[in-house]
Amino acid sequence: MTEQYRPGAVERRPYTSTMPAGREPANLGDILERVLDRGVVIAGDIRVNLLDIELLTIKLRLIIASVDTAREMGIDWWEHDPWLTGKDQTLVEENRRLRDRIAALEEGRPRRRSIEPVEAQVEAVEDRQVRRDERDGYRRDERGG
Amino acid sequence: MSATVTEGMSVVADAGTYLYAVARDVDVLCPEGLRGVAGQAVRTIARSGLVAYVSTVPLDQFGEEPLRRSMEDLDWLGETAHAHHRVVEAVAAAAPVAPVRLVTVYSGEEQVRRLLDERHDDFVEMLSRVAGRQEWGVKAYVEKAQTAAQPAAPQEREASRQESSSPGTDYLRRRQASLRTREETWRQAGARAERIHDVLRSVAVASRRHRAQDPELSGRDDWMVLNGAYLVDEERAEEFARALDELRGQGIELELTGPWAPYSFTVLEEGGAR
Repeated sequence: MTEQYRPGAVERRPYTSTMPAGREPANLGDILERVLDRGVVIAGDIRVNLLDIELLTIKLRLIIASVDTAREMGIDWWEHDPWLTGKDQTLVEENRRLRDRIAALEEGRPRRRSIEPVEAQVEAVEDRQVRRDERDGYRRDERGG
Repeated sequence: MSATVTEGMSVVADAGTYLYAVARDVDVLCPEGLRGVAGQAVRTIARSGLVAYVSTVPLDQFGEEPLRRSMEDLDWLGETAHAHHRVVEAVAAAAPVAPVRLVTVYSGEEQVRRLLDERHDDFVEMLSRVAGRQEWGVKAYVEKAQTAAQPAAPQEREASRQESSSPGTDYLRRRQASLRTREETWRQAGARAERIHDVLRSVAVASRRHRAQDPELSGRDDWMVLNGAYLVDEERAEEFARALDELRGQGIELELTGPWAPYSFTVLEEGGAR
């Protein structure tokens, strides 16, 4: 009866195949939102995880963050940002430009600082701060225990 | 499992162990031929009733520094996210699963075993919470036309032009009116979103409201007023869908996605043993 709702149904088909009426196929945005922002976060012995990759989260979290909050703060750069709106060549080009910009910014600042106007991302920054504190706490625990 | 798998043991320096998900070990074999990120075969590490789904990844791609660069590449990121998600989905089809966040990479299998030991109780508790349940995503959109500044009707425009000869005054008046309309539309949409969430929540065993997605992420121009996740008993999935259908209309568009692995309901608190 409920068989049709099991995730297994997805597995048997090409991933992006059409879903039954009334449901949308999982798009990249939905997937990104889940795999980047939810699920189990593990600290400790881990070699690499997103918490250590903060540059990317600056852009991604802004995408995921409420656009309204950002707009209210007068932040609308994404509307002109090819990284977010463009495709293919512009994307590649923009990626290169961004990397340069990030590299330049990194040289002049402590590594974990935000590269965007800080006020624009109060939520994102707080979020990161909390996680970092938790992570640091966890690592201390790890060492202690 | 494929014979071409690079064993984590043999390549210590330049390979890591990528963790996708943790599930109950219910004698379910790892789906045959399942490939994860970087096209690597997925294998399992079983430990005290739990099983971790992992694959070996090259650190020249999945080391911290390379990731810093590649995560900025939306194509790479999309591909990797899809691969990660595909593994989680395949596991979810077989057993209750706790998805792990993207690019969680360990130095080796031993550390994954330690994780399963140390967080055993947390995982068991989390997995029992999501067993027999699925996550559904519901997004509510308000058509942008409703929230955008409404141009005045031609007759009004004509009338005001006769009253006032100043186009500037006209403009300001129209702008003020449209802002008021827009604000009001927003308030109503917000209230609708609350009601929708309440109804859906009553069919679910747990719910989360996530931040609204940017139009760039949602791929739609319309404003998202609700981005909810609902953990629903499998037997009530149809009931949930029906409840959603009854909420449709009146200028709000509802979008249902799923069933998802319980991404929104397997947030493991950091901080180790509590």
